[in-house]
Order: sequence, then structure tokens, then C-alpha cells
Amino acid sequence: MMLPKAAWSLLLRKGGRGRRGMHSSEGTARGGGKTPPYTNCYAQRHYPMPEEPFCTELNAEQQALKEKEKGSWTLLTHAEKVALYRLQFNETFAEMNRRSNEWKTVMGYVFFFFGFAALVIWWQRVYMFPPKPITLTDEWKAKQLQRMLDMKVNPVQGLASRWDYEKKQWKK
Amino acid sequence: MLKPPARHRRRHAGAALRRCAVAATAQAGPRGLLHSSVHYEEFDARWVTYFNKPDTDAWEWRKGMNNTLVSYDLVPEPKIIDVALWACRRLNDFASAVRILEGVEDKAGPHKEIYPYVIQELRSTLNELGISTPEELGLDKM
Repeated sequence: MMLPKAAWSLLLRKGGRGRRGMHSSEGTARGGGKTPPYTNCYAQRHYPMPEEPFCTELNAEQQALKEKEKGSWTLLTHAEKVALYRLQFNETFAEMNRRSNEWKTVMGYVFFFFGFAALVIWWQRVYMFPPKPITLTDEWKAKQLQRMLDMKVNPVQGLASRWDYEKKQWKK
Repeated sequence: MLKPPARHRRRHAGAALRRCAVAATAQAGPRGLLHSSVHYEEFDARWVTYFNKPDTDAWEWRKGMNNTLVSYDLVPEPKIIDVALWACRRLNDFASAVRILEGVEDKAGPHKEIYPYVIQELRSTLNELGISTPEELGLDKM
């Protein structure tokens, strides 16, 4: 209601890939492999070999490649080797460990809520706080300071030592 | 699991390979805080035997890699990787062989000199089996 139309459409479009999807640097599917019906375990740095290969449903060409894998690997071409890797694993280590821009979102939320809290406290200060206690009023504080000087509080290095009692002013 | 102090790390053979006390698995007995090289040789021998079994199946191979070798706070010796690569050959699994090499580089972390050393030690096996490194396949880039 308060936002302009363009902002609303942007907000609604965000729901497509979700917050995390927004920041991922690589989002397109790789050609050639189909995702299996389900993956129970995604590979991670500390668990690099998942139970299921990434592509379990192979077309004829991929099955032929799998057969060729049973022979000598020196006969595999560069492209075939990459294809075998991609059939087995979804992401390489480099892709798995890539950084994301999620921290910017997180910091954004954090600062937003800092600001919101600040606004709430400001409102409270204006509308809710009771008047200052009598001891914090300027008049009382002046009298308090005068009494401290009369008592010569901390006369060696502290307060009274900085007051010039002859000229009745602070020492320069 | 305790790490040996920094001076012990430099002392052991295998140049840049760092070690730590072995974590508890079903196979490991109660290991104390020994940092002697005898301890490491036994560890290596155990793992070489594990992967050298002629009838290791894919599950056992994965278990050895995932739950243990990658979970330990160390980079496996080239000889362990060597027998693991041969096990991949027996299982006709080229992709996993490349994955191991990626894993070794990842395990080495900030110690960039470990991975080239391991590849250098494994070069003859890689050539013989026809395994390309992740760099040769362009899989180390995004």
C-alpha cells in the first residue's frame, strides 16, 4: 500500500528463487545430466563422496560412456572425462566451496533492526520517559559541584586541584 | 584429538604433510598422545591394507574415504592415495579418482605446497591409469 508499484513487483519477484538463490553466482543447470528422483545426501567438504551418483538415469550415450569407463582410462577423451565426473558429482569442490553474497543480506537485516530499535527508543524518549530526577537537573548539579569544591575533593591531582580558589575559576 | 606442538610438525618425514592424533574409529585402539613416526607408519599401513583389498566394494571405498580419511585432521600419505586410486580402477570409477585428488587439495587447506607434492609422488600412477588431475580437466575453476 505504501510502496510504489515497481517496488511491489520487485518484492513479489524475489519469491522465485528465494533469498539464497538471489545471491548465488551460479544458478543455471548443467547440460546433459538429469537430477535424480531424490538426493538424500548432498556432497560437502567433509563428505565428498555421496552415496548416489548425481545422475542415475542415463541416456544411451551416457551408458555407452559408462561402458567405456570399464576399459582403459587412457582411451578417454578430455570431454568424456569431464562428462564422467559430471555424471557422478553435482558440483566440483571449487563450486561447492564458493563464497556467496549472503553476508550482505545478513548485515542488511542486522543494521535495519538496529535502526528500527533506535527509532523505538527515540519515541520512548520523547513520549514515555519520566522527567529527570532532581539530582540530574542543572541547578542541582551546579550546587553539587560548588559543595565539592568547598570540601576540596581530590585536592592533589583531582577536581579541587584544578580550581583556582583565589580567582574563583578553573585553572587555565 | 590434540595437535602436536608446532616444532614436532616440522620434524616428521614427508616434508609438508601435517599430522594430528588419530580420531576414534572402530579400528583404532586407544591412542595416546604419541607423535612418533612408528605410530604414523602403523596408521599408513592400516589404510593401505584397507584399500588394497581386492574385493573392496564401492560402499567400503566410500566409507573409507568419507567417514575416516577425509574426517581425520591430516592429509593422507601419497601411498594411501595411490592404493585408493587403484581401488577406483577396480571399481571402474574414474570420477571418484579425480574427486580424491580434489579432496587432497582441499584437505591441505592453506598449505599450498602439499598438493603439488602429492601429485608429483602419484604422477606415475596417474599416467599409468590415465587419471587426469582436476586442473587438467578444468574442474578446479568455477
